[in-house]
Amino acid sequence: MHMLRPVARPVVVIRPLKGWAPLDLREFAGTHELLYFLVLRSLKLRYRQTALGAAWAVLQPLLAMFVFTVVFGRLARLDSEGLPYPVFALAALVPWTYFANALTQVSNSLVDQHQLLTKVYFPRLLLPLAAVISGLVDLAIAFILLLLALVSYGIAPSFRLLAAPAFGLLAMATAFAPGIWLAALNVRYRDVRYAIPFLVQIWLFVTPVVYSSSLVPERWRPFFGLNPMAGVVDGFRWMVVADAPAPSARLAVSVAAVAILLTAGLYYFRRVERSFADVV
Amino acid sequence: MMDECAIRVERLGKRYRIRHARAAQTLREDLVDLVRAPFRRGTMEDEDTVWALRDVSLEVRRGEVVGIIGSNGAGKSTLLKILSRIVAPTEGWAEIQGRVGSLLEAGTGFHTELTGRENVYMSGAILGMRKAEIDRKFDEIVAFAEVGPFLDTPVKRYSSGMQVRLAFAVAAHLEAEVLIVDEVLAVGDAEFQKKCLGRMQDVSREGGRTVLFVSHSMDAVQRLCMRAVLLERGRPITIGSTASVVAQYLARTKAPSSAGAWIDLSSVERRGSAVARTVGARYWSDLDQTGGQPYPDGPLTISLAIEAAAACTVASLAVTLYDMQGTKLVNADTIALGRTLRLEPGRHEVTLHLPELHLNPGMYVMGFWLAGPLGTIHDFVPAAFELEVVARPGPGLGRAASDDGLVTCRLELLDSD
Repeated sequence: MHMLRPVARPVVVIRPLKGWAPLDLREFAGTHELLYFLVLRSLKLRYRQTALGAAWAVLQPLLAMFVFTVVFGRLARLDSEGLPYPVFALAALVPWTYFANALTQVSNSLVDQHQLLTKVYFPRLLLPLAAVISGLVDLAIAFILLLLALVSYGIAPSFRLLAAPAFGLLAMATAFAPGIWLAALNVRYRDVRYAIPFLVQIWLFVTPVVYSSSLVPERWRPFFGLNPMAGVVDGFRWMVVADAPAPSARLAVSVAAVAILLTAGLYYFRRVERSFADVV
Repeated sequence: MMDECAIRVERLGKRYRIRHARAAQTLREDLVDLVRAPFRRGTMEDEDTVWALRDVSLEVRRGEVVGIIGSNGAGKSTLLKILSRIVAPTEGWAEIQGRVGSLLEAGTGFHTELTGRENVYMSGAILGMRKAEIDRKFDEIVAFAEVGPFLDTPVKRYSSGMQVRLAFAVAAHLEAEVLIVDEVLAVGDAEFQKKCLGRMQDVSREGGRTVLFVSHSMDAVQRLCMRAVLLERGRPITIGSTASVVAQYLARTKAPSSAGAWIDLSSVERRGSAVARTVGARYWSDLDQTGGQPYPDGPLTISLAIEAAAACTVASLAVTLYDMQGTKLVNADTIALGRTLRLEPGRHEVTLHLPELHLNPGMYVMGFWLAGPLGTIHDFVPAAFELEVVARPGPGLGRAASDDGLVTCRLELLDSD
């Protein structure tokens, strides 16, 4: 319909919103600085508004470790793959704490910043992205705590710890994929905010945080892999314990599950993002 | 030439479902709808939808400054939001060439816990500036906002005036080829507003930038815009030269008036916090022969009925006279007297007296302004009613003064040799 013109200036075409489309990556060109500022802002606000600041990154997994050690290690005497129970629990709690916080923050990222949604345009996906990235600082701090715990229990760190970034990335994707679904739904249905703590709690029980995944009957294990956090937690234990079972085909199932959820989530997000400002 | 066109809008429309006008729906309501849907007849065309904007077509050439005016709910903000890509249109399309910057609010991205410096970067980035660009303009922004010594103080410790100044300063330095601006000027004290208006004028003059500008201030629209669009209930009424469109808008909004009688203002166009509102006014002059209408260089007394919803302080109560094209001619503001009014909840009557009104005979528009001590606007009525200044009757020594100009002046002939 229109004549082609030399592309001297960016052209924005605004049309009614129809149908499904993949994410338009061109929109993200040059937005990495905004992403950086959003991450920086969320970190600064959190550390400035809380009395303990960054100490929470250490306190959360540490306190949970004490409680779990008393209840599940001492009282219930759960098997801990030959590790001291505190180390066994902490190895799982480090990625789990990150995951639980990141999932919650991603899910609330759009609603909490609705004043931005109604006043200025930018790729909406940057808000959940900033939420999942800013949590990584806490994850790194908690990981150092884990290393200290290993040393204090006289466990020699192995080269397998170098795989940590890969498992960290999987934990990040596992929080992000359902998170963007929930974030988009949250804009329309505020019920989501109240459902999230419950969801996180249930998820904790189907993830081998307090127990070892060897407790899961053999024939259920492939399904168990559908929970990517099971893969992440197993991975973290494998990095610390010499004789823990190595990540297997189950990890591939986890990765595939995340990939499918993420792709579908991006389509859904793309479909509804332009109506956020109408609804929020 | 095709590429001279910066913004092209074709039959743009936006429909809202009325039920969505309130806050987010709950899941339960949608589930109920889902179950009922197959049994419900008709579609979105039902009466539970409303067109906030419809059939808007517009072309803006590169370097043009176009004003959008209209009463509350006319669709001005909806149009700006669609063009800013914040909401999607329901029908039609638009094409914008060049980098778009939209300023729909002062202080987008501001957080009161962050320092002034941090907020400049955050707000700049959210408005679409690159970090290098903010670095380059940082000093200029700080100088414009006059907050230099407090740069590393959290913004929550700033006065509201300082917050607004910093917020606007960031926005004003956004370098975009197409700027979409909504009432950003309507903040801050008068001095700063003047500075902002000046900045906007510079922006539009230098480097052929295209600006789309929504404002309630006819004076600002007059000064900045070459063309204007008048929207009414979502539809464009006129598009044309600013003067003619503003005149049409004023003719549609104000009520007629005569001297001495109370004029009901409860339903005129206004904005502000509404803590105190001017609900009625009357005016008179001192000559019976003119029927109380003001005349050139004669006195004008104005009584205002003000209703306060809560106890409040009025630091600035202003009566403004515009010509029919919206140019501000007279602004009589109590702030100049340095006296504040303390209002208890209820109805009050305040009377202002202008000993000499230096306007020639003609039709003028009167507006009112009520603001608190920190510049918070309680009530701003841009066009309350039309006021006629009549010629002074009776035997003059010479002929009646020429009324070619709007403003009177005294004239003396000095002896010549």
